[in-house]
Order: sequence, then C-alpha cells, then structure tokens
Amino acid sequence: MGSVSGKSGEMFISIKKNRSAYLMILPFMLFFTLFTIVPVLMSLPIGFTDFNMVEFPEFVGLSNYASLFLSDKIFLQSIRVTLVSAIFTGPVSYVLCFLLAWFINQMRPKFRTIFTLIFYIPSLSSVYTVWKIIFSGDAHGYINSFLLDTGLITSPVQWLTNGDHVLFVTIVVQMYLSLGTGFLALCAGFQNIDRSWYEAGAIEGIKNRWQELIYITIPAMSPQLMFAAVMQIVSAFASGEVSQNLLGFPSTDYKAHTIMNHAFDYGWVRYEMGYASAICMILFIIMYFVNRLASKFFSKYSD
Amino acid sequence: MSQNINSKELHMKASNKPVVKRRFGNILVFILLFAAALFMILPIYLTVIMSIKPVQEIFVFPPKLYVLEPTLSNYTNMFRICSDESVPFSRYVFNSIYVTAVITIIQVIFSSMIAFCLAKVKFPGAKFINSIIVISLLYQSNVIYIMQYIVLAKMGIVNSMAALILPSAASPICVFLMRQSISQMPDSIIEAAKVDGAGLFRICWQVVMPNQKPALMTLVIFAFQSAWNIQGGSVIFDESLKTLPTVVQQAASAGLSRAGVAMAAAVFMLVPPAVIFIIAQRHVIETMAYSGIKE
Repeated sequence: MGSVSGKSGEMFISIKKNRSAYLMILPFMLFFTLFTIVPVLMSLPIGFTDFNMVEFPEFVGLSNYASLFLSDKIFLQSIRVTLVSAIFTGPVSYVLCFLLAWFINQMRPKFRTIFTLIFYIPSLSSVYTVWKIIFSGDAHGYINSFLLDTGLITSPVQWLTNGDHVLFVTIVVQMYLSLGTGFLALCAGFQNIDRSWYEAGAIEGIKNRWQELIYITIPAMSPQLMFAAVMQIVSAFASGEVSQNLLGFPSTDYKAHTIMNHAFDYGWVRYEMGYASAICMILFIIMYFVNRLASKFFSKYSD
Repeated sequence: MSQNINSKELHMKASNKPVVKRRFGNILVFILLFAAALFMILPIYLTVIMSIKPVQEIFVFPPKLYVLEPTLSNYTNMFRICSDESVPFSRYVFNSIYVTAVITIIQVIFSSMIAFCLAKVKFPGAKFINSIIVISLLYQSNVIYIMQYIVLAKMGIVNSMAALILPSAASPICVFLMRQSISQMPDSIIEAAKVDGAGLFRICWQVVMPNQKPALMTLVIFAFQSAWNIQGGSVIFDESLKTLPTVVQQAASAGLSRAGVAMAAAVFMLVPPAVIFIIAQRHVIETMAYSGIKE
C-alpha cells in the first residue's frame, strides 16, 4: 500500500498501533466492499465478453472495443455529444455554483436559508413532465407561447424533436438539475472558513472583495472545490437521463445521444451487456483523466 | 454572524473605495441573484400550479401561469391510482419513511467515522482507500446493478427491506465530502485531545464532529434525498414491501394524459426532502452564528 515504505515489520507495528482506526472504518468498508467493490470487479471482465444476460458470458477479446471505434458511427457521435454537453454543463455550471454560493454566503441568515433552498430545490425534484410542457412543440408550450406572443417567432418551434434544438434543450435542463450537490457542498465550505482569517487578511492589506476571494476564500475552500469538481465531472459526463426522459429514446438523429444513452441502448434495449460494458469502460477512462487534470489544478492551492 | 459583520467592517475600513460604489455593486449582485432565483423557481412553481389545475386548464391555450379553479383532484387521483387492492397507501408511506430513516442514520454514522480516519489518522492503506472511493464515484456502469443483484441473491436477501437498505449503507459521496471538510481542521486540536488521553472514537464524535456541523447537515440532506428516491423495483417484488418512488412513478408514468397526476406526485415527493433541507439549513446557520470559532 503506497503510503508505507519500509520493512514489513514496521508496517505490522504501524497496523497494530492503528487498531482503532481500522475498527472505525470497518462498517463502511464492509458494505462498500460487498456492494461496490465486488460488483465493480465482477463487471470489469464483462467488457471483453459477449453477454446477453441469459447465457454465460463468452470471451471475445478486444472485439467489442474494436467495433466501437471502427464500425460504430453512433458511438463516435455520442462521444462528440457528450464532450459538447460536458463543456457547458461542467465548467459553466461549476463557476455558477461557486458564484451563487459566494453571493448567498454574504447575505443575512434569513435570506441565506431562502436562497439556498431556491437554488437547491431543483435537484430535489427530477420531474420531466413540467419540462415537456414548457418546451412542448405546439403553441401550448410555455416557451413557444411566450415567443409567439412577443413576436420573436411566427410558428411554434419543435424544441424536443427538431435535431437542431434537442442538444441545446438537454443542456439547459441538465444545467438546471445539476446545480445541487456541488452548490450545497460549497455553501457548507463557506461556513467552514475561519472568520479570523478574513480579519488577518484585512490587516495584511487585502483591499477588496475580489482579493479576499482569491487570496483567502479559494485557498481555504480547496477541499470543497475539489469535491464539487468531481461531482460536476460525474454529472456532466455520465449524463443521459435528461435526454432519455425529455426527448424520448433515441433522440432525433441521435443529436443528443450521450455515451450513457449509448450504453443504455446496448445494455437494456438490445441486451448486449458485453458491448454496453465496453462503452462504460471508455466513459470511465475519459472521466478518470479529466479528474486527474482537475486534481492537478486544485493541488496547486492545497499544499 | 456578528463576526461576519465584523470582518466586513474591518475590510471596509481597509478599502479605499467609497462606500457608495460598494452599495451599487451589492444592488447589482442582488438583482442578478434575484433573476437567477426566478429562473430556478419557475419550473417548480409551474409544477405546483399544474398539480392543482383541473384537467381542462392544464392544456388550455394560451398556457397560463396561474390557476382559475384550484382543485385537489390530481392528488386524490394519485392516491387512488397508487393504492393497491390489498395494500393501503399508508403502507408505502411507512416503508419509505422506515427505509429512509435507517439509511440516513447508517450513512451519516459510517461515513463520518471513516472520513475522520482518512483525513486525520495516517494509517497504512489510507491513501489507497481514498483513491478507491474517488474512483468508485467515476465508474458509472449499468452492469454494476446486475452484479449487485447477484450479490444480494447470493446473500439470500432479495425481496426484503435489507435489499433496499444494505446496498446504500456505504455512500462514497458522503465519505468524500466529509473527508474534504475534516481535512481543513487544524491538527493541533486532535493532538491536544490525544494528549488528554482521548481515544480515536471519542475524538471523532466529541471533538471533530461538533465542529463539522455544516458538513454533517449537508451529509444528512444528501443521505435523506438519495434514500428517499431509491427505486427498489428490481429487488423488491412484494407489493407490501414497495416504497413510494416506485408506486408514485407507476402512477405518474402514463404520458401527458396524466400530467396533472404526475405533477401532484412530484410535489408530494418533494415535500419531505424540502422540509429536512430547511430544518438542516437553519440548524447550520444558527450554530454557525453563535459559535463560528474553530481554534
């Protein structure tokens, strides 16, 4: 285990010394191993097999991966869609989370509770019916009705079925829904900052709110910023639920078809679990490298 | 809060800018925030409004932002559709509350303990466990559910409450958040407690956790929310063991023709987590207002 270098004897003593720590992590590790680690390890080899969920998986080597990149045009398009949507729902939504949490933190407690609730409540409810009605393709939709009223358009726009608009609509709804986890963690992070640091900063000659933000707040919050970044990466890259619920499946011309949608297609529609597993593995590799990038960026702040 | 004002006053003194400019900036920020809040609340507002609209009003043209003849028929319809002949609606409510309460308590306790050890006790293997927890967040695969089912089946607990509760007992998200938060605490507090002869368990619950109220309350919110929304459809077959999300989803998923019922279901499912959220938030803000000092 990486953290210990030296002889096995030393390690044994150190393990013995930390008995109580091992006891305290035991309950979590027990269930984590049973229901996360074991299933993940069991699922790893599936990507190299042909598995239809009825017969025993048959080993096929790298052929799933080969056909993904060589003959599956829709997969390559899904990578493109995922990247485009991740660029918007990832960084943009992340900066928004941070700014919102920062502004809200400077309010009086009463307003703070109300505003935190308003910005968090969307992540509590994931009802897509209301979005279907808002973006409805006929004149009954709220957006269409509003745009027709103001004269910006002359005929209703098919938001949910026109291939030119579906990705845009998905991104808007995804951003709306994905604000929550990171935002709330950042709010808690702001409250964790020792007030005396600001006072010390004022004495040291910090002039305005921006300097305070850059020299005190951001470094002090780097753990929460890292957490929010990971959550944002996961929700941005593993998105798919929104387009599935909003646009139906598959979306028009696969224009809003993310990698997760592709995995759903092969896993739960065609029952080709081996292929679906290979798709998920590639998504994992992408997310892993983006995550490495993010942690490199944040390790500059936390020393 | 008093300290917050203090620090603000302090840096106002330090700032050379005139106060008027700062006030203008505040108003601008407030207006932007208000606009953003409006955008965030609008879909929720529409959901609530549509849940009390009679059918003929939901698809009226042009669509209205208010309701003319409010009715509770969508709610009564939802209860009627959800109730099975043999299972009363209250049974689902009880199941949901039971599962949610147990999962929330287990998750918060388990993840707090391991998070404390990972952040502050440098035991052999800590780094390895840390990276596994983050990696497990990144690995999203639909094959995992099949494997989880196999594990549950091997344990012989498919179609029981345990099948809903145990897979959620360990939440890597909660550990990650808590660990990040505890890592900000100065080591000196923990060292001092050690010198006083306190064991790790006591340090965790009597020294660290009282200082981690914001993170703890965030944990409660996350845990409650995820537990409340667990879809047990694939591991629970008995009607009497099902939880609210599964049955409510069934009632709401009949396309736009049941839009009113779907809205009612959404509002109904939204209320408990929202209440927990408000309680937790107020608790955080109040405790931080009176005891924001850490060292």
